[in-house]
Amino acid sequence: MIEIRFHGRGGQGAVKASDILAMAAFSEGKEVQAFPFFGVERRGAPVTAFTRISDEEIRIHSYIYEPDVLVVLDPTLIGAVPLTDGLKPGGIIIINSGRKPETFSFPDAKNPHIYTVDCSSVALKYGLGSEAAPIVNTAILGAVVKATKLASIESIMEAIKEKIPINKEENALAAKEAFGKLES
Amino acid sequence: MSDKKEYPEVIDIKSADDMPPMPVSLGSMRTNKTASWRSIRPVIIEEKCKLCMICWKYCPEPAIVPTCPPTIDYDYCKGCGICIEECPFDAIVSEKEGK
Amino acid sequence: MKKVLTGNFAAAYGAAAARVKIIPAYPITPQTTIVEIMSEIVADGLLDADFVKVESEHSALAACIGAQATGARTFTATSAQGLALMHEMLHWAARDRLPIVLANVNRAMAPGWSIWADVTDSIAQRDTGWMQMYCENNQEVFDTILMSYKIGENEDVLLPTLVNLDAFFLSHTSQIVDMYEQKKIDKFLPPYRPKLKLDVNDPRAFGALTSPEHYYEFSYKMQIAHQRAKEVIREVGKEFSETFGREYGLTENYRCDDAEIILVSYGTIAGTTKDAIDRMRDKGISVGLLKIRYFRPFPEKEVCQILGRAEKVGVIDRAVSFGHEGPFFSEIKASMYGSNVPLYGFITGLGGRDVSISNIESMVSHMQDNEPSNLIWIGVKK
Repeated sequence: MIEIRFHGRGGQGAVKASDILAMAAFSEGKEVQAFPFFGVERRGAPVTAFTRISDEEIRIHSYIYEPDVLVVLDPTLIGAVPLTDGLKPGGIIIINSGRKPETFSFPDAKNPHIYTVDCSSVALKYGLGSEAAPIVNTAILGAVVKATKLASIESIMEAIKEKIPINKEENALAAKEAFGKLES
Repeated sequence: MSDKKEYPEVIDIKSADDMPPMPVSLGSMRTNKTASWRSIRPVIIEEKCKLCMICWKYCPEPAIVPTCPPTIDYDYCKGCGICIEECPFDAIVSEKEGK
Repeated sequence: MKKVLTGNFAAAYGAAAARVKIIPAYPITPQTTIVEIMSEIVADGLLDADFVKVESEHSALAACIGAQATGARTFTATSAQGLALMHEMLHWAARDRLPIVLANVNRAMAPGWSIWADVTDSIAQRDTGWMQMYCENNQEVFDTILMSYKIGENEDVLLPTLVNLDAFFLSHTSQIVDMYEQKKIDKFLPPYRPKLKLDVNDPRAFGALTSPEHYYEFSYKMQIAHQRAKEVIREVGKEFSETFGREYGLTENYRCDDAEIILVSYGTIAGTTKDAIDRMRDKGISVGLLKIRYFRPFPEKEVCQILGRAEKVGVIDRAVSFGHEGPFFSEIKASMYGSNVPLYGFITGLGGRDVSISNIESMVSHMQDNEPSNLIWIGVKK
């Protein structure tokens, strides 16, 4: 079973991203589970969402304490929240950023594999959100599956079109572009 | 109204098995004529009645039938006296029951 | 047809698949999505039903009672404070023998004002005469709603069912749910045709004045119905498995047959416990799980049969009956009166506190190292 933790701020779509990833993996025959950290959410506050993907039925219903993958929609969360808590040794961290992976350091994580993509620029290129608040959740999913191979980019694009109510094409293409631009 | 058989006045229950799952009154209104509750009876004075139907509206039962003039159903009238009280023309008077 | 659905969607689609006719609805977090989805389904013409907005939960259940009494299949949903507000009507629905199905999202009772998982709300209604059961996952939510109509509408049963699902851990968690084909569901669950109902062409009065001469027998009959319901639950569970491929009973036996230590749990904790058991078994600990689905009627036979063979039993309660002990623990202990099996009563997860695999492993190591006791608080900060 692979456990993925999404970190974002309220309004950025971390919860939808966790659902879309689950739907994409499900369409490829996997067992899945997705849920947000159940708090009272407001725009701008840190939001955590989770996805579990497995070949076997998922029976566990508690929070994820030792994720295999971290997805960071908003790099300002680094240092602001205990991002890497519990991350498995050799775990994967995917960050929405234009910087190169080696410029990031996570002292509490053991041998993480860091990946970056400038999802904000990709999102703005497709008209998703605004300069101040680009909607990066679909773009970052492209990066996630390129780095983790948890689902194909085609499944992600299909799941995006099913789950996202507006700008379906643009969101799907944003994911595809981020998929191609992953820096490791 | 349906053409159902008459239900006995008192249900003689010997066992829980004879009872329906929940308390259901099967047409008890037909046998339980509440006339016996009366100690006074209302009587309509037809000459004074103006057909306003206020008595019919106020009757809680309903034991007043909206004919012209209205008629009191003495099988069910419980003698509460509200119609006597409410008639604006004093067209209903009270008589002692058993007169 | 399989989809990824949250528990709330599973409950709403379950009721829609059961072709409910009247849905009196009132919102409360975290159940609100259930009634929102039902209003959309009805508005879109996908379900031939009436969605009735009412002014409170008490009215919601009162409306269900009125509608069900005329012979319509009804459904509603609520949570915690809402369920508490319905209390008086819960008694009425059961004693009037109306097989309503109510999806209750288990949420903590206030104060503290909490929207998170805790089963005190449904436990507090255990004596109302409703059948009540606890779901482990979203598939079970969908399936149980279908089965509850069939079980409740059985003419030997005629009882309403509280289908419980944990706040957020099921209501807002997406899982795979197989919604089968409507044709198969229609065959499994035919239309509701009660013998006794409110009908202007055949007038009757329901629930009228009942003297001491008859009230006692009505209560006796209701208890007999609960006892008969146990068999009907098993029968319907078997039929469900033959039609849809999933078997359900009053309880579920997970690796109990050769277990020295048996844990008892319900709701989402049961799911997490299964994973914990596999992990402990890999470490050589002989442990199993008896998952309780139905709290009312209480599965005394399964409890005694399966737990009677264990060397130690640990009951995991997500509620505490203040002034005494965990509610499931009390009832299991009472059922096992006369047996020598040491029983441990664990309390955990109140107010939405997460219950992890390591919490469960700590319960088993506690059992291995300590004498039995009635109130063991797991994870409390003190």
